[in-house]
Amino acid sequence: MNEPPKSIREFIRPRKVNSSVFWQIAEELPPRLNTALIVTSIALPFSLWWAITTFGHIDTKFLPSPAQVATAFIRLWSTGEIQKDTIASLWRVGVGALLVGLFSIPIGVLMGSFASIRALLEPLFGLVRYMPAPAFIPLLILYLGIGEEPKITLIFIGVFFFNSLMVMDTVKFVPKELIESTYILGGTRRSALLQVIFPHVLPGILDACRINLAAAWQLVIVSELIAATEGLGRRISVAGRFLKTDEIFVGLIVIGVIGLSFDLFFQAMIRVSCKWASQKM
Amino acid sequence: MYIQIKNLHKSFPTRNGQLVVLKDININITQGEYICAVGASGSGKSTLLRQIAGLDHPTSGEVIVDGQLINAPGHDRGMVFQNYTLYPWMSVLENAEFGLKLLGVPKKLRRERASYYLDVVGLSQFSKALPKQLSGGMKQRVEIARALASEPKVLLMDEPFSALDVHTKETMHEFMIDLWQRTNITIFMITHDVEESVFLANRIYALGSRPGTVRKEISINLPDRSASVKRHKIFHDYRDELMELLRQHGKEVS
Repeated sequence: MNEPPKSIREFIRPRKVNSSVFWQIAEELPPRLNTALIVTSIALPFSLWWAITTFGHIDTKFLPSPAQVATAFIRLWSTGEIQKDTIASLWRVGVGALLVGLFSIPIGVLMGSFASIRALLEPLFGLVRYMPAPAFIPLLILYLGIGEEPKITLIFIGVFFFNSLMVMDTVKFVPKELIESTYILGGTRRSALLQVIFPHVLPGILDACRINLAAAWQLVIVSELIAATEGLGRRISVAGRFLKTDEIFVGLIVIGVIGLSFDLFFQAMIRVSCKWASQKM
Repeated sequence: MYIQIKNLHKSFPTRNGQLVVLKDININITQGEYICAVGASGSGKSTLLRQIAGLDHPTSGEVIVDGQLINAPGHDRGMVFQNYTLYPWMSVLENAEFGLKLLGVPKKLRRERASYYLDVVGLSQFSKALPKQLSGGMKQRVEIARALASEPKVLLMDEPFSALDVHTKETMHEFMIDLWQRTNITIFMITHDVEESVFLANRIYALGSRPGTVRKEISINLPDRSASVKRHKIFHDYRDELMELLRQHGKEVS
């Protein structure tokens, strides 16, 4: 280790990071470009769809045109069917999500705060998480019939374990010193849990709920495909049986739009209630 | 003796046997003193502070504060951490009064005390700000206000200014002297900055490294505590003596 090693000059090639607006990493886009790209994301596929159905020679049973889908939507709206279906599906996902939140948030917080509870529950939850919820459907119909109960239970099974584990993970990121500070200031374990851990993990919890609501929404539709008297999934299933592809498209688009609305709503809620979380300290 | 550390040993079990972090620590502090424990990394100073704070237990030996044996954290030993532990969702005022809230102090008195100490640290104008809007020095001052508001018997400080730039650090030093003189609170501060300890403390414990031991105890008698004292010969003598003590095991110290 006496002599300095040989110089690397011969390995140095001229290389530089060219400036680029589109491909820059970790930088914000100029707002106008951002808006343009977002609009294109929807407008381009839509235009392609319209172009293919107008100029291509495709059987409309295969691929209905946007106009046909719109007509189907208006038809279903005027008979009140689409509203009935939407409300039915929303009600199911609402009850299911509420039950999931009610149980998974406290349990997830407990699992994240206490290594003892984590050791007790994580193995079981980790196992069940990988069991696909739809595989439970025959069992659920057997145990609970074909009413609302099996559908809501399906959502619960499909989402509860995921949500608990995600909540648990956010709790693990609370800095230890913050907890120690709380004890030093005279707090008990209970106050550390309720007044420090809970507010700290709230944005993380809301985000986990946002993500898992998407899964819940999908499960509602899946459960309706199996057995239901109304609902958006049922609408698609019936339409499929009669080869009413325009109604299938209506169902899919409505489902997608509602799902996106949930997502945007949660994002807004997180922004508003947790202003402090936009930048870490 | 207000604070007594008697024959304190601390070791941690590791794969290669016991790692002795602190050995034979005997420290006595009278009420109202400003004590600095100076040492390089590996001197176990943070571990020592945590024993006094009650966040950790000694392997053997005792920590006694105001006649009470210490085995748990409590608001009688307020602590200021190196990396700010302000609650990010609370405003400056809410942070400052949080300790009082935990103790069940009624709201009016809470607000009064917290506001008073925010005034003491010069941050009254920022009562409604969130921690993320503050600079490092300001966050540290809120931490100090929060610790003081709970009327602790002793203020423990864990290298509180090591993350600050030189200018802010000097301002904080002057602030600490002023605070100490105004409140007469007992302070135990650990640091690796030798000049900082000479400027602030009235008594210094020089800690050796690996394992941490008390190498020497030095009483500081400076003619005054203004910034200009740093040019005095007596200041340099103290500093040189400490640097020499800490250098003896070949470790670098600022």
